[in-house]
Amino acid sequence: MSDVETLRRPRRWHIAVFLAPAVLVYTAIMIVPLADTLRLALFRSTDNAQTFVGLDNFKVLFGDPRWSVSFWNALKNNVIFFVIHMLIQNPVGIALAAMLSVPKLRGTAFYRTSFFLPTMLSFVIVGFTWKLILSPIWGVTPTLLGLVHLKWLFGPWLGQETTALITLALISVWQYVGVPMMLIYAALLSIPEEVIEAAELDGVTGPSQFWKIKLPLILPTVGICSILTFVGNFNAFDLIYSAQGALAGPNFSADILGTFLYRTFFGFQLQLGDQNMGATIATMMFLIILTGVAVYLFAIQRRMRRYQF
Amino acid sequence: MNRARSSPLKSALMHLALGAYTLICLAPVALVIMNSVKSRNAIFGAPLMPPTPKTFDLVGYVTVIGQGDFLYYFLNSLIVTLGSIVFVLLFGAMAAFALSEYRFRGNTLMGLYMALGIMIPIRLGTIAILNIMVATRLVNTHLALILVYTAQGLPLAIFILSEFMRQVSNDLKNAARIDGLSEYAIFFKLVLPLIRPAIATVAVFTMIPIWNDLWFPLILAPGEATKTVTLGAQVFIGQYVTNWNAVLAALSLAILPILVLYLLFSRQLIRGLTAGAVK
Repeated sequence: MSDVETLRRPRRWHIAVFLAPAVLVYTAIMIVPLADTLRLALFRSTDNAQTFVGLDNFKVLFGDPRWSVSFWNALKNNVIFFVIHMLIQNPVGIALAAMLSVPKLRGTAFYRTSFFLPTMLSFVIVGFTWKLILSPIWGVTPTLLGLVHLKWLFGPWLGQETTALITLALISVWQYVGVPMMLIYAALLSIPEEVIEAAELDGVTGPSQFWKIKLPLILPTVGICSILTFVGNFNAFDLIYSAQGALAGPNFSADILGTFLYRTFFGFQLQLGDQNMGATIATMMFLIILTGVAVYLFAIQRRMRRYQF
Repeated sequence: MNRARSSPLKSALMHLALGAYTLICLAPVALVIMNSVKSRNAIFGAPLMPPTPKTFDLVGYVTVIGQGDFLYYFLNSLIVTLGSIVFVLLFGAMAAFALSEYRFRGNTLMGLYMALGIMIPIRLGTIAILNIMVATRLVNTHLALILVYTAQGLPLAIFILSEFMRQVSNDLKNAARIDGLSEYAIFFKLVLPLIRPAIATVAVFTMIPIWNDLWFPLILAPGEATKTVTLGAQVFIGQYVTNWNAVLAALSLAILPILVLYLLFSRQLIRGLTAGAVK
């Protein structure tokens, strides 16, 4: 081993040279600002000076009706947004991947490519495109629904308080289904041939083979998809902002933590920007995401490890 | 292998289901592009019909190209995206090499430290990032965005690249050492060329979120001179809500670079996704 030889040298400067740029940029632009944001959440600015107020900002966020109503509303909406993703995006992704992984099926490359295309588009494009398609003025959706005699179902879904959030979540699912589809597809392909052969020898074929053999084997990948969705959803902003604006209308019915953070920090229309309350909301988002990741790492992934091959 | 599942009826049903979902994926994009080259009356009169010689009209594109600074926004996006990718790949590969090649005190700890950023979104540090950029007068510069995206892309790049670097044969590197090559030469001349496919994969993965990002351009570089295409399209489409020709043309122009990028890299991207997940 040359390591033995290199170890004898007093300083291996090249290691530092290789590491330094990445560590410096990452620390300065990611870790320090994250820590500083958490710090700012404990301060309040009075007369251009920052005074330490402990957890007061959090008390305001949870208790003061001027803040708490918006916060709990955004949190509730964010949870709904996430639940819709989990209920639709993952099952659809698994179903598509399961069909694609059937041996001898033709045209899988084309299907895969098509399913993945929306994921490449920016939220701005996706938001506006769907806004146009769902718009009663253009009439694309009512016409299409009319073709299958369901025109009575149509409504200005993005403009109604009861449906706006669900519609946006579905649009986001439409865009991101390609990610779980692709990851699960890869996981299905990597199941060893012997496992499938053994199952077939035991007479486990068709749908029951999928439920009893393949699904348990791809559960770790489903777990990864879920945590990626969780982090992405509790950090979402772009789609809601580009479709509904910073006010996440109608009447904040589509407001999630990301849009709430943006409005709080920068101010919008009559609202003044507040750095410390913004930091407080960012800290809450940080804690929520951290909790989710921790639960995934310690509770779910650890238990699933026995399935891996 | 012959399996019970590949009967003709079943595979027809699967094609039906997959085809239906393909339509759901592609139709909205096709609808926008198709209608962007139609006259206003045809957009409203028959939105689902492809353009005919009678309804063909480029008025939307004329408006967008005449009034918007789309070309300029593309250039900004290109500078920011390419700049970030160069730094992510160079710094990421260097750090990945250090972490995977050498044993030193704190190696594992450093690896974990760099991996933190994979799950924690950099967006949560925005408030302090803006303060830093204001203090260093980097607001409304390409550099501000490049720095942020570099920091954002590094954790995953290091994680993936070190996986690949571990597979490079030790004998090869040791032979180079015996021949008197410096560690830098081994990295640049031996290891980097060997992991080119991995680098391409990481490049594609890094590129998509950077090109599409709206949050940081909105906050760090909203000025006219640094506006990226995502932000430009957002503002532009917002201004023209009632001019449907212009909105559809602007949307199509914004989709175009992604389509081109996708066609160029789709094989790499899909290979990378599957390879990454199999690992």
